[in-house]
Amino acid sequence: MLDIKNISVTFNPGTPDEKKAVTNLSMHLDDGDFVTIIGSNGAGKSTLFNAVAGTFFVDEGSIILGGQDITFLEEHKRSRIIGRMFQDPLKGTAPSMTIEENLALAYLRSSEGTSPFSHISGRDKKIFREKLSMLGMGLEDRMRHPVGLLSGGQRQALTLLMATMVTPKILLLDEHTAALDPATAEKVIELTRKIVGENHITCMMITHNMKQALEIGNRTFLMADGNIVYDVKGEERNGLKVEDLLEKFKAGTGKALDNDRILLS
Amino acid sequence: MLYILKTALELGLLYSLVPMALFLSYRVLDIADLTTDGCFVLGAAVSVQMAAMGHPILGIPLAMCAGACAGFVTAFLHTRLKVPSILAGIITNTGLYTINLMTMGWSSNVSLLKKTTIYSMFKSIPFVGDWGSVILTFIIVAAVSAFLMFFLGTRLGLSIRATGDNIDMVRASSVNPTFTITVGLCLANAMTALSGAMVAQNQKTVDINGGTGIVVIGLACLIIGETVLGRRSVKKGVIAAVVGSIIYRVIYAICLYTKIIPVDFLKLLTAVVVAIAIAFPALKKGAAFMKKKRIHMRGGDKNA
Repeated sequence: MLDIKNISVTFNPGTPDEKKAVTNLSMHLDDGDFVTIIGSNGAGKSTLFNAVAGTFFVDEGSIILGGQDITFLEEHKRSRIIGRMFQDPLKGTAPSMTIEENLALAYLRSSEGTSPFSHISGRDKKIFREKLSMLGMGLEDRMRHPVGLLSGGQRQALTLLMATMVTPKILLLDEHTAALDPATAEKVIELTRKIVGENHITCMMITHNMKQALEIGNRTFLMADGNIVYDVKGEERNGLKVEDLLEKFKAGTGKALDNDRILLS
Repeated sequence: MLYILKTALELGLLYSLVPMALFLSYRVLDIADLTTDGCFVLGAAVSVQMAAMGHPILGIPLAMCAGACAGFVTAFLHTRLKVPSILAGIITNTGLYTINLMTMGWSSNVSLLKKTTIYSMFKSIPFVGDWGSVILTFIIVAAVSAFLMFFLGTRLGLSIRATGDNIDMVRASSVNPTFTITVGLCLANAMTALSGAMVAQNQKTVDINGGTGIVVIGLACLIIGETVLGRRSVKKGVIAAVVGSIIYRVIYAICLYTKIIPVDFLKLLTAVVVAIAIAFPALKKGAAFMKKKRIHMRGGDKNA
């Protein structure tokens, strides 16, 4: 599904602040892969996501998603086939617009053919209602409320819905539960599992929760210094414990995992 | 008195599309579009020149096109060339001064004495009479308001609203913010130019400095309207622009008539009102902080 070949990203090249965020990274995701990503601070996790999503273009290498070369495709064009969520619940929704209007925007990704002058139709509303009721948060009865009135967890659940409204070729989750309280985080994770599973979405999830990284999905990357140092799936992954992961990290990089927010359990 | 109110209503309606344009650019898109001053005169100049040539009706859509072009230049500078939005507006505005002079045949004012205008045409319809200009202006303003309300509910309108609300999310929804900002600014400036076109044909004259300060007056109108009606929804915002504009002109007329405040002071007063209204959240926060500090100090005294 996703093929990344030898990409490199350097920030502020040629200045004293030069930072090689991602160096010569390659990877291949199969259709339906759900990868969890763990890494130390500045390992290049978010840079990798930004590169895939098109926030900036890579300096070298190529990115191929679902057979389409998207290396130099602009961000807003890529977003048609990429769903994305951030840690900050405020980033994914427009606060002064209603739930219904936010969903309509997300739905735009599907509607290449519809007129830009068309309104939200009754049929659209019915679809939105169905999808919202799936969240089990009662949002389906508040469709005309501004999103700014929702709690962080509700906004994040709504963003998840919006990111997957039109099934993306890849879903990028950048610590999307990190800003939520544990109970809400658990709920959003459950929803993520459910939606990703039901729609067979290829997904990458950055997390700082080691246990979660091993529990969810079918594959795990350890990242350090702008590259993937350990890639595990299948049988080997099933038997893995958090301690093993830390060990692997040390073996891969020669130093201990250094992330000030990491959760070991 | 009725005459004063009628004049205020007429002027309020004539100028109401400026606060409506600012509602679109400043409130919806969150861009302070300073193209407004020059764009207003551009619309006025185009419509007056067309009327002088005997095409008063054609002058109106042409003025709107000219305004949309001005908006496009600002949007292009801002989105493609990454000029900060306020500066982009000022640059376009400065350039427009020459364009406006050129449109007016290099003279600083043009008048339409004894020429046909849309207003003289409308008044010549039987039974319309004195209230003709109010009625015609009302029809145009109502049509534009209805269009804007409809438009902001369409998919394109939603994208424009989201651009001002959360630009990252817009990109993630496969919408190009460059496009939405451009459409928004073109539309806003077309509305400003339409207002200029109506004012000029109504007053049968255009002056090169006729737009000075109109952006601040427009903001004042919008803020007055929002204070009266609240600023929850798009529909309320559009109506607030019209209501605010009329209230402003009533205040203006009262000042003019009763001389409570000399009219020459009105621009300063407007500027102060706008500054205070926009600064209000910061002032409120500051006041709350001072209060907290005072209580803290007092509490400290008690403990000592």
